[in-house]
Amino acid sequence: MNAEEVALITSLCRARAGMKLAPEKTYYMESRLGPVARREGFNSISELLAAVRARREEPLIWAVVEAMAAGETWFFRDRTPFRQFRDELAPQLARARAGQPLRVWSAACATGQEVYSLAMTVAEMVDVDPSLRVELAASDLSSLALERAQAGVYNQFEVQRGLPIRLLARHFEKVDENWKLSAAIRQRVRWRRINLLAGLKSIGRFDVVFCRYVLGAMTEETQRKVVQELTLVMPDDGVLVLGLKEAVAGLDEAFQPVVGRPGLYRRNPAFRAVAA
Amino acid sequence: MRTCLVVDDSRVIRKVARRILEDIGYEIAEAADGMEALAWCRAAMPDAVLLDWNMPVMTGIEFLRRLRAEPEGDKPVVVFCTVENDLAHINEALDAGANEYIMKPFDGDIIADKFAEAGL
Repeated sequence: MNAEEVALITSLCRARAGMKLAPEKTYYMESRLGPVARREGFNSISELLAAVRARREEPLIWAVVEAMAAGETWFFRDRTPFRQFRDELAPQLARARAGQPLRVWSAACATGQEVYSLAMTVAEMVDVDPSLRVELAASDLSSLALERAQAGVYNQFEVQRGLPIRLLARHFEKVDENWKLSAAIRQRVRWRRINLLAGLKSIGRFDVVFCRYVLGAMTEETQRKVVQELTLVMPDDGVLVLGLKEAVAGLDEAFQPVVGRPGLYRRNPAFRAVAA
Repeated sequence: MRTCLVVDDSRVIRKVARRILEDIGYEIAEAADGMEALAWCRAAMPDAVLLDWNMPVMTGIEFLRRLRAEPEGDKPVVVFCTVENDLAHINEALDAGANEYIMKPFDGDIIADKFAEAGL
């Protein structure tokens, strides 16, 4: 991959999705774009990028950006946030909502393991308290990732990464060599394609937002913008869940860390986002 | 130091598992079938057992049932590690008192993760 091609990829990803790509990571770019080139019928990445440059077609541009943005994830990643959701966040917020459903958003959900981990957690909570109502939404930039997520089919390697065997036995069935999540769990989730860079004001209100391991890959400017806009979709007592040690620009002004709970943030009541 | 009994009729698998588990801080004992494993447990109950299913003399599932009936036999955390990868086997293992279940092939990450999942 030559310098011009690398520049094209990095500038497209920055402009369309606010991504900060290290130009020296050409191996990473090649591993992501090789499958895109094949899928779109090109003989090489160079041919794909030449076509992007010549045709400037939106679907082709997005195929490149989405492939670069696609995140890797696994079930119950970091474990503690899911325990804290079950034991602290959900009970507190459900009490405060007095019967109104609790709304939870998995932002940049990739292939869905995070939101399904929440869905399985909610299923167990509902066993104990049938009056509990939790609505789960999930979004990603990549329509391919969303398709995979919605299908709820994972290979043997994926179901052994973070997923307790009891939950596999309870919620999955084996289909050929893969594992498919039950309809009961899949139907708990509403899916949407959302580009975090494109503005969040119209997406609704969410009491808990899981936005983990995505902002770190964005430019500082995008981080500030997304963090500001997250305050617009969250009520005053809403909770933002980031990755355990994620440092995000602009976070300190808009949010306050929950003491003793790494990765958890509440809105800063003194902060009001400037309407863009 | 925590102890783990690795039970598998394949010497190669035992060697691979030993290396992975020693890296995460276990002292390892090995057994080549369920009967041998049971003898180990009667002599000194381990903290954990990594257990194959299909073995000569005594299978993993039969060992597990017998282990759970022994005095102190409810103590070890038992993690199956087998090529059997269907729900019938998984449920049979859980019903017999297995704590976790690994479907082969496995790697170090899967073992470390499953042991953590099982509370070790």
